[in-house]
Amino acid sequence: MIEVRNVCKNFEGKQVLKNISVKLEPGVNNLIIGQSGSGKTVLLKCLLGLHKIDSGEIYFDGRNFTAMNDNEQKNIRKEIGTVFQGGALFDSMTVEENVMFPLDMFTSQTRQQKKDRVNFCLRRVDLQHSNKLMPSEISGGMKKRVAIARAIVMNPKYLFCDEPNSGLDPKTSILIDQLINELTREFNMTTIINTHDMNSVIEIGDKIAFIYKGNLWWNGTNKEILNSENKELNDFIFATQLTRHLKDQS
Amino acid sequence: MIQRRISSIGEYIFLMLRVFKRPDRLSQFKNQVFVEFKLLGIESLGIIAIISLFMGAVLSMQTAYSIASPLIPRYTIGYITRSSIVLEFSATIMSLIMAGKVGSRIASELGTMRVTEQIDALDVMGINSANFLILPKIVAFVLIFPVLVIISMFLGIMGGYLVAILTGLFSVETYMFGVRSFFVPFEVFYSLIKSLFFAFIITSISSYFGYSVKGGALEVGHASTRAVVQSSIMIILFNVILTQILLT
Repeated sequence: MIEVRNVCKNFEGKQVLKNISVKLEPGVNNLIIGQSGSGKTVLLKCLLGLHKIDSGEIYFDGRNFTAMNDNEQKNIRKEIGTVFQGGALFDSMTVEENVMFPLDMFTSQTRQQKKDRVNFCLRRVDLQHSNKLMPSEISGGMKKRVAIARAIVMNPKYLFCDEPNSGLDPKTSILIDQLINELTREFNMTTIINTHDMNSVIEIGDKIAFIYKGNLWWNGTNKEILNSENKELNDFIFATQLTRHLKDQS
Repeated sequence: MIQRRISSIGEYIFLMLRVFKRPDRLSQFKNQVFVEFKLLGIESLGIIAIISLFMGAVLSMQTAYSIASPLIPRYTIGYITRSSIVLEFSATIMSLIMAGKVGSRIASELGTMRVTEQIDALDVMGINSANFLILPKIVAFVLIFPVLVIISMFLGIMGGYLVAILTGLFSVETYMFGVRSFFVPFEVFYSLIKSLFFAFIITSISSYFGYSVKGGALEVGHASTRAVVQSSIMIILFNVILTQILLT
């Protein structure tokens, strides 16, 4: 479990996160939703330690991440898998080398053991014949799947996904959501997904945190979100005709 | 303006403090150094060979053209060509050319990695991205650039030699006599010391500008340009300082 307590973050005098407190639970998909510029990416980067928070605390299974020195944080980072918005695959490496990279850096496994693990992860994301391809030779959806394979190769306890279905067609987007959902349950990971994709919210939003103007505005599940009375949340989720139609039907 | 400059110098120093740490995996580091040998060194051989050969040729022709007085011996052509190439051309001018080729390459590579979140991906994994990405470039180029400078010296002198053979402006024997005349080995040593400093300047400054990019493709282009300009200015500045220290 990841526990966020009273986190604040400013950029050049502008308060981007205002006293955020939320619990992100293991074995379920924890979605952070909000409009562009609401502060959800900043929150995700604070959780990952890419931004230093101004005040508050972040606990990874009871371990205070904010009070740790660089070396201690490094140990926590080995338990984190991250899927970046654009995949963030290393351009100079093949798909196989990309997925193998964390194993090369942090384990003493033999070449064969590493290959077996990489092949398992690539099979798991349905990319078993793509080992030798370069990132420039694969589609956006495949890049996301390679990024997921790289994120899970070290058996992480925490999986962070920054807008995993941005730029993908609806069908591929659903496949990525389903894959993350399956992996979360299979490996009992604490999965945090940063998204503004309403389909993801409805499909896999076990727990949802709605960030509005830097505040945690609403907290709940995908079952509760459609019937919420919160005006700002409703303005956000029922912004499209499709979601309004869905609400009318429900 | 001044405050921004001072802040940039501070950021550069902090970045270098992160760069010069023990690599997480020595085997990975060695592999990366060999990759950079190829990308930054071997792939620069072509341009270095062409420019050095032609520059040596032009230097010898211009010297031959300038020596009109019969009181000045013809072997001066070889002597001036060698001195110019060894003292200044092969280290300083080649460094300025490498600031353009290698510097822009490093800045745009790291800048693109930054804007596509590849550097963030390394940081999130718990890898010191500055050390992992920049140190192999600095080590590889500092080791290989003096070799490139020696090759440039040889080819520059060969340029004059070819002029002698192909144009008959001066004889080969006279030229080679001039090349060997008044040779001071320290001049080569001086040039190699300069090349070590310049290699560090090119790789570290370009890495700084690339690594600290914020924004998108436009900023990567700006960073690449700034890397070349700042590296060139620092090369010129350190050329004066090192010449003052080593030759006077």
